[in-house]
Order: sequence, then C-alpha cells, then structure tokens
Amino acid sequence: MSGAKWDVAVIGAGPAGLAAAIAANKAGARVCLVERESRPGGILKQCIHDGFGLVRFGQKLSGPEYAWRDIQLAKERGIKLFTDTFLLELEAREEGFVLTLQNSEQAVFQIVTRALVAATGCRERSARQVFIHGQRPAGVYTAGTVQRLINIGGHLPGKNCVILGSGDIGLIMARRLTLEGAKVQGVYEIKAEPSGLTRNIVQCLEDYNIPLHLGATVTKVHGSERVEAVTISQVDENLRALPGTEEYVPCDTLVLSVGLIPENDMLLPLGVQIDPRTGGPAVDQLMATGQAGLYSCGNALHVNDLVDYVSESGEIAGSSAARFSLGKPDRPCHLPVIPQGDIQYVVPQKLDIAAGGQAVLYFRSARTIANASLEISAGGQVLLQKKYKAVRPPEMERIVLDLALLPPGTEELSLNLRG
Amino acid sequence: MEKMLVCIQCPQGCKLTVSHSGEGVSVTGNKCPRGASYAQQELINPCRTLTTTVRTAFVDFPLLPVRTLGEIPLKSVFGAMGEISRLVVKKRLRPGDVVLEKLYNTDVALIATDDMTMGEKYAKGSEDYGRDGILS
Repeated sequence: MSGAKWDVAVIGAGPAGLAAAIAANKAGARVCLVERESRPGGILKQCIHDGFGLVRFGQKLSGPEYAWRDIQLAKERGIKLFTDTFLLELEAREEGFVLTLQNSEQAVFQIVTRALVAATGCRERSARQVFIHGQRPAGVYTAGTVQRLINIGGHLPGKNCVILGSGDIGLIMARRLTLEGAKVQGVYEIKAEPSGLTRNIVQCLEDYNIPLHLGATVTKVHGSERVEAVTISQVDENLRALPGTEEYVPCDTLVLSVGLIPENDMLLPLGVQIDPRTGGPAVDQLMATGQAGLYSCGNALHVNDLVDYVSESGEIAGSSAARFSLGKPDRPCHLPVIPQGDIQYVVPQKLDIAAGGQAVLYFRSARTIANASLEISAGGQVLLQKKYKAVRPPEMERIVLDLALLPPGTEELSLNLRG
Repeated sequence: MEKMLVCIQCPQGCKLTVSHSGEGVSVTGNKCPRGASYAQQELINPCRTLTTTVRTAFVDFPLLPVRTLGEIPLKSVFGAMGEISRLVVKKRLRPGDVVLEKLYNTDVALIATDDMTMGEKYAKGSEDYGRDGILS
C-alpha cells in the first residue's frame, strides 16, 4: 500500500488539532485531519457549559460554540477531514510518517506525511487507577462519561450520586446532574483543598447547596449488580484513611473526577521521550518532539486548564510542522529548561535557540503559594522576574520569554518558583 | 455590613469584599469592572447563564446544546429547566439561532450553541422530519 502524500497530517480534530491544521494550512501546507469520531470538536462537543474563549475571543462561549468557530475556519480553508477514521499504525520512514488508517469508506489505507502533529488529547483516570477494586457494580462512571451520556445521549446515568474528586469536570457534572433532576449527595476530595477553579465551587456547588467535603475519600463501593452505597473515610495528612471515621452514604452512582492523563500511546513505538511530570512528550518551544517532524500539542502534551491555551499550542505546533515540511528547517540547537523550587512542571522542556524569537512557557506550581515569585535565569543571569498574588496547582501559568535575552553560550535555562 | 464573594465572571475568580453602608455599596478586590457589577447584582438578585440541552426530532442529533443569551435569575433556573424539558426542536439549527424568544418568565432568549447541519449522517441525507416550525 502506498498512500496519498500530505505535507502535514494532524491526528485528532479537537481544539488542538483544529488549531494546528488551520495554522499549517495558513502557512501553505497541504493538511489533512484524522478524527476517530463522526464529528470534529473533540471533548468540546459534550462541554455544553459556558466559560470557553475568554482569552482567545474575549467572549464566554459554550464548548460547542468554541469548537464551531474553528470547524468553520477549517471548512472554509478546505482542509481535508477524515471522520470516523481510526489510526491503526504509525511508522517513521525515510520519506516521512506512514499512517495506516481505517474507516468504512476506504477500509484499511495508508497516507504518507512529511510532518505529523499528535493532538490526541487526554484520558480520564479510571476507578482502577484510584484503587477502587472489588466487585464491579454498574453505576461507577468517570465524570466525562456522565457528561457524554447526559449531554450527547440524553441518558441520566443515576438518580442519587456521589462525586469523588473536585476537578472541574466533576463540579460541572454535579450541577448538570442536579439540573437534570438527580440528587447529588456531595463532592468528596481527598486533598485539603479543591482541585477545581473557585468559580466552579461557587456556581456549581454553592448555587445548588451541594456540600463539598475536603480530606475525605471513598474507601468502599457497596453493591453487586448496582452501586447501593459508598463508604466515605476521612484521611490523615498523608492521605491515608483514618480508621473509625467511616460513613455509609447510600447512592446509586459514583462519579469519578480524579484527574486526566495525556494520551500518547500511538507515539510509543516511535520511541518518543515522555516527560514523567507532564505525561506528554518533551518538546521545545516549537512543540517539536525529539523525533524529527513530529509535533505535539493540546492536552496530549500536558493537561491544560483553559482551552484557549490548547488552541495556542495547536497553532504553534501546526505552523512549526508546516515550516518543517515545506522549508529547510535550521538544525535545532537545544538547551534544557530546568524546573526548580515549587515548580511542578514546565512546558516546553527545552528551547531551540537556533529558532530565536519568543517562547511561550507554561508551568504549574507544585503547591498553593501566596505571594509567589518566579525567576527565570540562565548562565548566572536573571532574565525575567514575576510576582504572583497566588499560584495554585489547578491553575496553569503562562509566560512569554524573548530568546534574545539569553546570554551567549548559555547551557541551560532555569525557572525557579518560590514562596 | 460586609460580605465576601468570589467573582464567577472569568476563571481568575477574584475574591470580592462587598460592603454596604447607608445608601452606597462598595466593592473591593475586583481586578476589572465586571467584578463590581457582578457583586452588586449578586446582592440584589443573583443571575446566571443557563446551559443545557433541548430534545430534537433528529435521530442523528438527538440533543441540541443551548444557552441563555444573557443571564436569568438563579431562582428561575429550575422553572426554566421545566419549560425547556417540554421543547422539541424540529428544524436543523446552527449556533446563535433562537430556540425560544423568551425563556420562562424572563426576557432572555434561549439560543442554539451547536450546528445540527454538521456531521456525516446529515451530509449523506438522513431523513429530515419536521420542516415546519422550530418547536412543537
């Protein structure tokens, strides 16, 4: 099989992939987008709540509206979109990447592309991954599954729900379940502080008198056919359940909102280096992975807090991929970016100083700090300082660095966050 | 009297302090003017954008995501949900199309936020049920 040739192929038509495809097309590349679902838009299709697009459009849009803007642009630009199409195999060869795809029209077929953008998003952490074992009664769902069932399928998965984890999707589903007539007993968070945005605590929980219990987790799920109840335990400072604090909470549904994991399984055969801190590939500011011609963006790169930044990274990845495919790119010259102090992670993990220009850096703090200060330094010189009233792990921070500030002969750049 | 609020107008979530003495209401802690008007409104009559779905007559697009074009009183939310639950969309709408001019007992319109004309099944010509009128 020898397939059609493209300059840039993008895997995943969510917000990152759409932005990447549009940017690559604008840069003059012949682009195709590969999507496994029947419609583009990714997870935004089911995120019917509003609050998207404040940074990028200055407007509070719902998820489908946000996606629609990019879908319209992609259509106008005549970008080829394969829907209902699954990537079976990915190979790196001399002529570029060979993608073996499958759909109902062409059965199994191949395409060849010079540059590839992986915009595959993330997955939800499941019950097994938070050590909820034992019987597998019906009624245990991830928050995203509940969201899909209600908002796309029109099914109410339960009537009496307990939510484990205070991530934003869990908070939003607490409100959604309540609006659709279910009773939400409470949201239980193992940590001492909520992991979702404060505004969601207000507008999703407080507005509907849904209690938030901090320092508490589910230690047992009762029921064999269907969930009948959960046992809730308080935890100590090491997040271990405290004996004697068990509370039996009857419910028919347990909703898990316990974190997201970047989805990069398809890249593993290529031997791409994954940053254990982010779960995504290590990239430079052009979103280039260690594999020539392969770019990563969006939630596959690291889990973002706002879709606006997902789109931004997609744009960077798409235009970089087009430049790689069409031009003779300069040989990259990388220096590592080292997180120090209370930084949980930084993306990009390295800088290509040969590319010059500006680099957008995203980072998260490892803990909540009031009056934090960030220092970016290289070669013993402080290049940039910034003060923050407060930094919280759920909120991503973004900072732009002018690479012209780097002193000659720099070997590494460090970001240091302190309280 | 002082009241603490968290602004929900954007993800920043400014911590607002609202104090009213005599006639005036003063708001501090807001990083932008939206915080001040939010706090004032919150004291008088809390209002929210309502986002939900409306049933449709189309098998390939059974639910249409919708939102209010503006905010409605928080206390009207369940009444509005009741009204919305009785609607069925019978025409393929696109984002911004009005589903209902006046939702519940407000002057706020309910608009579509997704594109029902999109998707492979529609492109291939699935059966189009209601051609007359938006709602039943």
